[in-house]
Amino acid sequence: MTTGTLTRQQVAARLTGADPDLLVVTGLGGTCWDASRAGDRDLTYYLWGGMGLAASTGLGLARSRPDRRVLVLTGDGEMLMGLGSLATVARAAPANLAIVVVDNELYGETGGQASHTAGSCDLAGIARAAGIADSRIVSDAAGLDELAGAVGALGAAVRGPLFAVARVPGQLSGPPADLPPRDGTYLKHRFREALMGSHVLR
Amino acid sequence: MAAPVPLPVAAPATWPDALYDTLKQVGIDQIGHVPDAGHARLIERCDHDPAVAVTGLTSEEEGVGLAVGAWLGGQRAALLMQSSGLGNCVNAIASLAEAGQFPLLMIITMRGEWGEFNPWQVPLGRATRDVLLAVDCRVLEVHRPDEVADAAVAAARLAFDSSQRVALLLTQRLIGTKAFR
Repeated sequence: MTTGTLTRQQVAARLTGADPDLLVVTGLGGTCWDASRAGDRDLTYYLWGGMGLAASTGLGLARSRPDRRVLVLTGDGEMLMGLGSLATVARAAPANLAIVVVDNELYGETGGQASHTAGSCDLAGIARAAGIADSRIVSDAAGLDELAGAVGALGAAVRGPLFAVARVPGQLSGPPADLPPRDGTYLKHRFREALMGSHVLR
Repeated sequence: MAAPVPLPVAAPATWPDALYDTLKQVGIDQIGHVPDAGHARLIERCDHDPAVAVTGLTSEEEGVGLAVGAWLGGQRAALLMQSSGLGNCVNAIASLAEAGQFPLLMIITMRGEWGEFNPWQVPLGRATRDVLLAVDCRVLEVHRPDEVADAAVAAARLAFDSSQRVALLLTQRLIGTKAFR
């Protein structure tokens, strides 16, 4: 098992901390744990199911709030299940959406089986070919800093959606001692109230 | 924003226009769709409406994610699909939309029921209602053009005001059976 120069915890902490107003959708499993370890926040919607739907959920959110930056922080297995959504995101082209795949080349929750990215599958290449022009591979702290700046940036400098693979080969993430909330209805209400105010609960 | 392109000559059926008007009335901000002949006129109307964000999907389950994300951001989305697309959505409806008790409005054109020509459309057309009920969706059916607007309002209220997953089935008798020859 190899270890890159980035840690997955570094990726989650740096990106979800890029902007306190950032709207975050996580994948399930590893990136859910990573995001909650980096600090539970009301404006994070953790997926505990719906595998393959993180990017399209982020797309609906990004289209509804073009004034806010949206980050989808997901894993390679989750992204592989929703590859078509990369074409959909590219076509809709929301400037405020960033999709970051924390790529450990493993299905971490099911026993660490190799994923397709352990072989020849290049997710950043797929995203670029789908039409997401800003598609990058990040494998060190400098690249992560640059990515965090882009994720936190909203305005004239941002054009079109952003896709990034953060390489953390072989790194597994287990659930934290304090699990993030797992009631989807609670997470939904919490997110909407934080974003729009308590009137949305009435 | 670019000026909307002028609409071509209206299609003969008027219920798609009534459906469009109703979706505007109930505050739909986003549409997700996989193209379907039965929805063609409605999609065209939405495409020409700068106030509706239209997302073309590669597969129907993306529309469930889209609707969930839209609601998180304070918007209302409707998902347009054909009954054959429902099978692509089952996990998304159950494990994303139902798990979070999200509103979900699906407007489904039926295939495989009324004088269907293509046998490949029949199995899922036959299973549509059962599949929807199995994943806790409310099902409303429309058979006649004059029922479309009322049914769409009822479906939208059930979805957005009562946080339900709702399928509005536009039956093949309403939309007309696709003819190949």
